[in-house]
This record gives sequence, structure tokens and C-alpha cells, in this order.
Amino acid sequence: MNAMDIEAAPAAADAPRIGGVLMEMRNITLRFGGVKAITDISFDIREGEIRAIIGPNGAGKSSMLNVISGFYVPQEGEVWFKGKRRPQMKPYEVAQQGIARTFQNIALFEGMSVLDNIMTGRLTLMKTGLWSQALWWGRAQAEEVEHRAKVEKIIDFLEIQHIRKTPVGRLPYGLKKRVELARALATEPKLLLLDEPMAGMNVEEKEDMCRFILDTNDEFGTTICLIEHDMGVVMDLSDRVVVMDYGKKIGDGTPDEVRSNQAVIEAYLGVQHD
Amino acid sequence: MAETGDLVSIPALLARNASQFANQPAYREKEFGIWQVWTWAEAADEIRAIALGFMALGLKRGDFVAVVGRNRPALYWSMVAAQMCGAVPVPLYQDAAADEMAYVLDHCGATFVVCGDQEQVDKVIEVQDRIHHIEQVVYVDKRGMRKYDHSRMNWLADVVAEGRAAHWRFDEELNHRIAELDYDSTCVMLYTSGTTGKPKGVVLSNRNIIETSKNSAEFDRLRPGDEILAYLPMAWVGDFIFSVGQAMWTGFCVNCPESATTMMNDLREIGPTYFFAPPRVFEGQLTNVMIRMEDAGRIKKAIFHHYMKVARRVGPDILDGKSVGMADRLAYFIGDKLVYGPLKNTLGFSRVRVGYTAGEAIGPEIFDFYRSLGINLKQLYGQTEASVFITQQPDGQVRSDTVGVPSPGVEVRIAENGEVFYRSPGTFVSYYKNPESTASTKDAEGWVATGDAGFFEEATGHLRIIDRAKDVGKMADGRLFAPKYVENKLKFFPSILEAVVFGNGRPMCTAFVNIDLNAVGNWAERNNIAYSSYQELAANPAVYDMIRGHVEEVNASVAADPMLSGCQIHRFLILHKELDADDGEMTRTRKVRRKIIEEKYHDLIAALYDGRTSIYTETEVTYEDGRKGAIRATLRIEEATTQPGPAQRMAAE
Repeated sequence: MNAMDIEAAPAAADAPRIGGVLMEMRNITLRFGGVKAITDISFDIREGEIRAIIGPNGAGKSSMLNVISGFYVPQEGEVWFKGKRRPQMKPYEVAQQGIARTFQNIALFEGMSVLDNIMTGRLTLMKTGLWSQALWWGRAQAEEVEHRAKVEKIIDFLEIQHIRKTPVGRLPYGLKKRVELARALATEPKLLLLDEPMAGMNVEEKEDMCRFILDTNDEFGTTICLIEHDMGVVMDLSDRVVVMDYGKKIGDGTPDEVRSNQAVIEAYLGVQHD
Repeated sequence: MAETGDLVSIPALLARNASQFANQPAYREKEFGIWQVWTWAEAADEIRAIALGFMALGLKRGDFVAVVGRNRPALYWSMVAAQMCGAVPVPLYQDAAADEMAYVLDHCGATFVVCGDQEQVDKVIEVQDRIHHIEQVVYVDKRGMRKYDHSRMNWLADVVAEGRAAHWRFDEELNHRIAELDYDSTCVMLYTSGTTGKPKGVVLSNRNIIETSKNSAEFDRLRPGDEILAYLPMAWVGDFIFSVGQAMWTGFCVNCPESATTMMNDLREIGPTYFFAPPRVFEGQLTNVMIRMEDAGRIKKAIFHHYMKVARRVGPDILDGKSVGMADRLAYFIGDKLVYGPLKNTLGFSRVRVGYTAGEAIGPEIFDFYRSLGINLKQLYGQTEASVFITQQPDGQVRSDTVGVPSPGVEVRIAENGEVFYRSPGTFVSYYKNPESTASTKDAEGWVATGDAGFFEEATGHLRIIDRAKDVGKMADGRLFAPKYVENKLKFFPSILEAVVFGNGRPMCTAFVNIDLNAVGNWAERNNIAYSSYQELAANPAVYDMIRGHVEEVNASVAADPMLSGCQIHRFLILHKELDADDGEMTRTRKVRRKIIEEKYHDLIAALYDGRTSIYTETEVTYEDGRKGAIRATLRIEEATTQPGPAQRMAAE
């Protein structure tokens, strides 16, 4: 029992932070009936980086995230994950592969405590069956203690000790977002997808959330792909940015490259007609 | 445990505890949702390893080791480890901004700084371009620290590991340094928060700390097995005496909360037997209870109020062991089962045997509320220079308006002008690098001026404090002016958080009032008063009406005292911002800095006296991270009715 002993972080200090390609989208096209949400988009996400997807309203950002998470299956194109082409999968299979996400409009169990909500993130990692878990006996008990310890580390990491036992329904919006992030982290993801993590927050909450996103990337080496509207946040946080407009990719590169890209400027500021 | 014998230093006490109480809990800290425990033997082992690690890093005799962070066993251990190495621990206020920290680090010339986490390390790095004597920075919490330049920085766990590995090299030297410590070596240096001017470093010897701990522990019969919650700033002398001095002397267990925000919950889980809190903690808890009772059902409310009435009538007498009738005892017993017991449990006070409050005056209603529940809450009076204790209340002789009798070993006398002087084994050695201040505070015979004006009650021998001696003044017509006396009466109202009264050399008294956002916000909600910010709520006419009511009540009570009837408040305003230590308006221990407020708000004070009914003002504010901003507001000034005091009537006749 040592107060100073925290779990050694997996990412080594001297190794380069950003590695090889983790996920690749190849010529993705997604249609809903006659509506083309995404048209022929390709880009990749590298291991250990923070990748942002930005674009005006209705650009197809959330659809893209849903394709990455396996919730939507594109009509054309391929998704490659860890060097393999990914077949069509059920959501829990995606989770088992190490992809976790948060939602634009928070999707937590309102009546359950923060702790229980985060514990649900460990579900796919639990090995004992329904019956032994219900009886809470033997192996199941030991397993739960193990998972609880992991969850407590995350609670400590996100500084939400004071609301551990509070029902989620009673929390303010900013904290709910943090709990959702905690639940996503509880699955120990390789790739973390954040759908507008900063939406509807005040400046202080945004600063906190930015810090947690950077810390997550830094401490656990988690690859992060996020959608965000707040340009300041995106430019500060991310390593590379994909810009979408009307379902098409109009820019891709570092924040500085994207900022000086003429097509991006036009999409955001409008085009002058003379 | 009557004589200290060869127990002349904290490390010596630690060694005794490690052998005598080896397997009893010494420290607990809640981490990852679980209370982690260290026995005395384990703690002694950790502390020795830290000391060896410090030696390996090159800590020398007489060096100063600054310690800054929230209450954690690792930081308490670092202080004792520093003592072992012959160095002097200097705990700092963790919420101090970098500039304030720079002053203290520079003044003591600290060579080592032990930080709780990244936030504190950042502050140290920020001041390092001005201060060049810092040789090593050690941090406890590793989070976010990976990318820092570690050429002169270490994780405490690494220091401990290094210390363990190097024990063959340093064991002998360390034992030698521990053996050198005697009763006169410096135990700790604490910086006073300083209501005036720059903080002063108070040097306290082992004699000061150990004698005081011994005397006070015997006074309240503290014993191994007692539990305390260490949550007050480590830089404050009280925490050093309770969590280090008394804990080491008696061998009781020090519990550290998980974080500042979980403190109330941790308090309930630990259920301390010995508890200290400044009045504002007790006020806050009482306000919370009352707010929640307002929302309770009718039956619950009726039961609560009925039994609280019983408790107020007979509770304090039962606690003091006075004779109480059978019927009342029965009623109190039922009340205990229905209300007091569960309430104490919710508050975390079920097991409190000895409770203290000090630092500020506590409202009689608040004080009596806790005592009537059967909590042995007492008052003490003390200061850093006295190693806390000057006077304290013995069990069974507790009142809200006195601060008790002189503590064991302390002599107290009142000077001609009413100022309180004391002399005791706990009296500080000197102010560090400040012989003039030392000489003007402590005379050749060891008497120390407290700066407070007070008197002994003849009937009981208890000391009563009126005000800071230098704040006591005269009004233009020669009547006595004691601002604190009036401010305290105002602050006893839950809706008033702070008050500042002016009137020295003036024809009448006026006041600034700070509302309590919690209490007034709740009141506003219940009365359908809409507001969007503190500023808006503070300017609300209904709030002004309520505060005027309070001011007038205080005027009536002040008028009853012939000596102080001149201190009635004629005009007041509600400030648009909370007085804040970050803006320098208060000390870190939340005492009002009168001078600074008078300078900063001179426009408002002028308006209070020239008859205007409103004033526009701009105020600079400092945010927690040191950035500055400004807020603008137009404040209203209102009149309050005053009572003709007995003295005035006499003069008129």
C-alpha cells in the first residue's frame, strides 16, 4: 500500500508519440435512400494522435463518426483497422476491438450512480457469466473487485471522486460529459471517438475538458478522433484535421495547413460573388 | 506520559510510536475510493526512506524544505523526513498564487520544494526565474509530469526507492543527524498569514511544539485510538499542532480526505473523535441542514423543530453534567433516537469527544445548536506565535462569548490599554530574519503581545476578546469604536458572509456587507426572486430589505451595550463581489484586511459618508490563475435606523 504508487503509464516517454496508421477509411460513400451523406472520402488515423473532423452543420461529420464506430455500414468503400479490412460488425464487437465513443447528446443511465455508469464500460471486459455475476460468488467477486479498481483509477484521473455515488440525473451538464468520457475510458480503448465533447459548455468547462482529452492522450497513449465546432479548441488540441463540407472532404492536414486552405476558408466564411 | 524525557524531537517521538504502537493505524488516506492505512511502523519506515532519499539528493543541515499541497500523508512524512536530515520544514498555503509563494520561498531561501501535484510544481517553475536557490523539486502525484525537465526534479516514489537503495551509504549519517536534534532545534517554520504587511516566518522549536502538544493533549485527555481528519491548510499552525505535534505525542491516527470536494463525505466515513473547524465550517453545515429541513415533509419538519426546542432547552446542561429533570431527560433521550443521533451521523459528528472552534468569533446560535445536540464543541484562543494555545475552555465550562481559561503552562496578563499578553513554553523563538519585529512582539522576559484587546471576567476567570487592539479606535465624538464586535454580530446571520465596518475618527459607523450566495440564493429561490449572477442578487431590492432588517437588529443589540452603542451602523451597502484572498482583500485564513479594503474601495467609503444614495464603481479582480479582470457596478447605499443608546441618552439629559 503505497500512496505514491500509481499505475505506470503504458506510453514510454522517449518513444515518438505518433506511430503508424491505426485506421484507414478508403473511398467511403454513405447514402440514406437518395441522400448522399458522405461522398468518396478517404483519410487515415495514426496511432497516438488526436485527429479532428470539422465542418459546417450537416457536413456529415457525425455520419462519418458512425461509420468509424461501425454503427453505419457504408454502401461503398472499405474501413481498415489495424492493417485488416474490417467486416460488418455488431456494436459490441466494435467495442471489443478497442473502439469507444461518447455521444453528442449524452447517453448515460440517468437513474444509476456515476460509479455504476462507469462500471458498465467494463462489461465487455468481464469474463464471468451472468449467473455467477448475479450470485456475486467466487471468480465473479474477484473479477468485480479488479474492475472496480480500474474504474477508481479513472475516477481519480478525471477528478470526479466527489460525485462517485451521485445519480447521473442530478449532475450538471459539464459533469455528465465527463462521466461519459469516464465510461468510454473504462473500456480501455485503443481508439476513442468523441462527438462534440465541448458542445454546450462554458469556458471553464471547456478548458477542463481540453485538459482531460490531452491528458488521456498523453497518459494512456489513446488515439483520439473528435468532432468539434469550436475552432479554437480544434486548432489547439489536434495534430491533424479533416475538413468536410456537404459530405465531401475539402481539406486534410495540420491545423496550420487547414487554416490557410482556400476551400476551407470559403466553406466557413462563404464565397464572395462578384 | 507525563515527562518528555529524551523525546525531544518529532523524529524521536516517531521512533517511540513505531515501537510502542507498531501495529496501530497512524495515517489513513482515501485513495481510489478506499481508505488506505499505514501503521506507525510502516509510516516510520516510509519516513526514513524519504529522509534517506533527501540525503541522496543532497539535503544539508539547516536547509529549508518548503512543502506545498493538500493534506496528504506523503507531505506530512516529508516534513518529518526533513527534520531527520536536520533541515527545517516550511509548509506553504497551497492556494497561494505564484507571487505570494515567491515571497516566502525567497525569504526562507528554500533549497528543496516538495509539491503535491503538477499545479504546485507549475507555480514553483514560474517563480524559479526569480529565485535561484531551489536545488530540487519533488512531487507526490505523477500525473501530467512526464514531459517536465527532470534534471532537478524527482517523483517522491523514486526518491523513496533511491533512499532505500542507498541506505548503507547514508544510515550512519542520518542516525547521527537525528541524534543531534534537541529541544532547542527548530521544529518547523510557519508563515503567518499577516493581516498587515508581508508574511513573517515564525520559528518554532521542538520545545514549543512538543511541550504545547503534551500540555494540550493532557488537558483534553487525548489518547491513542483517537481519530482526526486533517483537512485544514498544512501551512496553518493549528494543523501542524493537531496533525503532527499532538498526533506524534499521543499516537493517534491522522486521516487525510480524498480531495477538498469530498471532505464532508470523508468526515462522515471517518467519524473523528477529535475535531477542529473554523466557525465558517460549522456555519456552513448548519445552513445546509436548515436548507434541507425547509424542503422536508411537514411531519419530519414538525418532529425536527419540536425536538430541537427540547435540545436547546436542556441539551447543553446535560452535556455539562448539570442536573436535569427526569421528564426532560426522557424527552432528550427520545429526541436523540429520532433527531440528534441521525443528524450527528449525517454531519459526521457521532463520535466527537472533543471539538474545537477558533480563529473567529462563532455565533451563539450556531455554537448552541451543536452543543445542544450533545457535541462537546469548545472554543480556544491562540495564535501562531504561541504554538496555538493561549486560552481554552475546559469541559463543562463552555460559553459562546468567552474563549476560556489560560491553557496549562500559559501565563496571561492584560496590559493597561486592554491588550492581552501571554508567556508560555510554546512561545515562538523568533521571526526569521526579522529581529526588529521579534523585539517589538516579544519582550526580554518572554511576554508576547497578541494585538488583541480583551479582559478577564471576574466571576469565572474566563477571557473575553473584544477586538484587534489596533482596530479598536475612537469615533469623532470620542466614543469607542470596535469594528470586529459589530461585524461578528452581522456575520452571525446566515445571509451575511462578511461585513466590514468603518467609523474610526468619523461621526458615524457605516458598513460593507457581503451576502452568502448559498443562503441568499436559496432564500431567493423560495421567494421567487430571479437572478443570474452574484452581482445581480446582491443588488436586488428585496435582498437589501432583508439585509437592512439584519443591520437594524444588530443596531438594537449593539445599542444595549453602553460602551459600544456608538458603533451602530447608520448607512450600508452590499458589495458587488465577494471579498477574496486572491485580490488581497482577505488573508488566506479569511480574515479581513482592513487597510487594503479601505484603499481599494475608497470611493465607496466616501459615498457612504457624503449622503449619496448610489455610486458607480469599477473593481479589479484577480482570477485563480493570476489573470486580472474588472467588474463594473452601480451600488445602492441604504440607511438603517439606529437606536438611541443608553450612553447617548445620558449625554442628552
